[in-house]
Amino acid sequence: MAAVSSQPIDGNAPLSFMRLLTLLPWMVVAALPLALPGYEPLATQVFVMILFALSLDLLVGYAGIVTLGHAGLFGVGGYTAGILSVHGVTDPIFTAVCAMLLAAITGLTFGVAMLRTKGLTLLMLTMASAFLLYEIANKATSVTGGEDGLQGVSFTPLLGLFAFDFRGKTAFFYSLTALFLTFIFVRALIKSPFGWSLRGIRENDTRMVAIGCPIMRRRLIVYVISSALAGLAGALQTQSTQFVALYSLSFELSGNILIMLILGGSGRLYGSFVGVPVFMFAQDQLAKQDPANWFLGQGLILIAMVMLAPGGILGVAQRIIGAVKVRGRA
Amino acid sequence: MILYLISVGLSVTMGLMGFVNLAHGVFAMLGGYVTVTLMNRFGVPFLVAVVTGCFLVAAIGFVLERMLYRHLYGRSELDQVLFSFGLILVSVAIVRIVWGPLAQPIRLPEYLKGQVEIFAVTMPAYRLALVGFGTAVIAGLWLIFDRTLFGARIRAAVDNRAMAQSIGINTNRLFAAAFGLGTGLAALGGGLGADILAIAPAYPLQYIVYFLIVVAVGGLGSIKGPFIAALAIGLSDTACRYFLPEVGSIFIFAFVFFVLIWRPNGIVERH
Repeated sequence: MAAVSSQPIDGNAPLSFMRLLTLLPWMVVAALPLALPGYEPLATQVFVMILFALSLDLLVGYAGIVTLGHAGLFGVGGYTAGILSVHGVTDPIFTAVCAMLLAAITGLTFGVAMLRTKGLTLLMLTMASAFLLYEIANKATSVTGGEDGLQGVSFTPLLGLFAFDFRGKTAFFYSLTALFLTFIFVRALIKSPFGWSLRGIRENDTRMVAIGCPIMRRRLIVYVISSALAGLAGALQTQSTQFVALYSLSFELSGNILIMLILGGSGRLYGSFVGVPVFMFAQDQLAKQDPANWFLGQGLILIAMVMLAPGGILGVAQRIIGAVKVRGRA
Repeated sequence: MILYLISVGLSVTMGLMGFVNLAHGVFAMLGGYVTVTLMNRFGVPFLVAVVTGCFLVAAIGFVLERMLYRHLYGRSELDQVLFSFGLILVSVAIVRIVWGPLAQPIRLPEYLKGQVEIFAVTMPAYRLALVGFGTAVIAGLWLIFDRTLFGARIRAAVDNRAMAQSIGINTNRLFAAAFGLGTGLAALGGGLGADILAIAPAYPLQYIVYFLIVVAVGGLGSIKGPFIAALAIGLSDTACRYFLPEVGSIFIFAFVFFVLIWRPNGIVERH
């Protein structure tokens, strides 16, 4: 697509205008603290989850790898950042990079073994891998704090300039920046030949082998990339809340993030940006009265979506727009 | 053994019908709730309550299959996963609203409470009864699938649905019946095992991993496989807790991981 091609020689106006237009929502969001002061911590949570969902989208939406254990990698990132900080390594960016590296290594280790399988076996393996990590963190209380979570996490100011303040402004801009960079990266990735080959593997892996695509290697690469991004999201979570708990490795989180992504629409790049806020808002509203309400609502939405609206919110929107266009032409 | 009873039902629905059904624990939980409610509120004897629960839940499973599940047979795994996950959440919510968030206590009948001495080894009667029951179920299932027309039809429909249909087998009804059977087995396990796996709203979420592990390790669609797997996992888990308590369930998940890498289709492969 135009957006990732090299600079147009004639510098035509519509293109750069379009480019500005894609930046507009980001600027609006960045201005949010002015309009709604006090919501920074919540917004930060949303950004982190979008980033996490985006990493999952690479697997589920583009490569067709369904995983029920993505929280495992999120947690590895989160705990890496947390444990480093407790032991005196407190630079936020450095710890985030370490978290990404460790998550990538974890993803590589599991991926080498897991990605040879398909279907239910793969599903079970992803689940087992996350449970394995969860149990390790649960038992290694001296390092991770076990069920109580990791206490005493703190980070030095970002770039040595911006301290993580009580109101969460630094965390807000920090995570927004990380999300923006990730978005640019993921967009470039899926528009690259590599990204298209992933979609090819998703649609028909036998044929991709036949035309000479090393599918195992491609799947492994995307798994490692996705792991690193999940690790980054985990690290951001730790840094913005100054706390890590077992929830960040749990099956519940793996399930929730998958639901958020599907709700928005997977394989659409913007799905996470729609699904995560809708999910978190609904959770906030429904769970206020009774957690049972939230489960009920969530379950019904899921069932309805699978039955009636595959493609999530964005999929439905696309179909409505499509129908309107057809009618307009007639 | 409980694990086996519940899981073999899952092996039937998931393996034979090729449907990724995460919601299997839901039916086990419902079986447990029906049993407990019948016993505590209406004073129905334990075994009668369990059997009633089994049939009631099988009927629910049958209806759900007709209404919802059958639309999803041809869909992707992701859709099936999401759908059954949704079903879990709905059931958790409903159970919470009806029975409240606390675990339901079960009062075992006197004859299951005592100890039984066999070959100088004392065992709780309850667990012994479970083992006996499990064995009976294995034998029954094996008879059904290997020796009856119903079993032969199911196997035929699984291997080639279009062909089975064209030679006059009503595969729709067959699948609904098989699904009912699977859910009934789950309910049986849930009811019988109510004293070991506590009946609480989080039940389907809490134990689903174990059911899935047993099925995946045992091999889909087999009756023998889940038995071996449940036995192996149960034994090694207990042994591990006894000898290396600090390792806990790490061992189980590592074990499962390696078994699945080694034998991606489970210990017992279907031919």
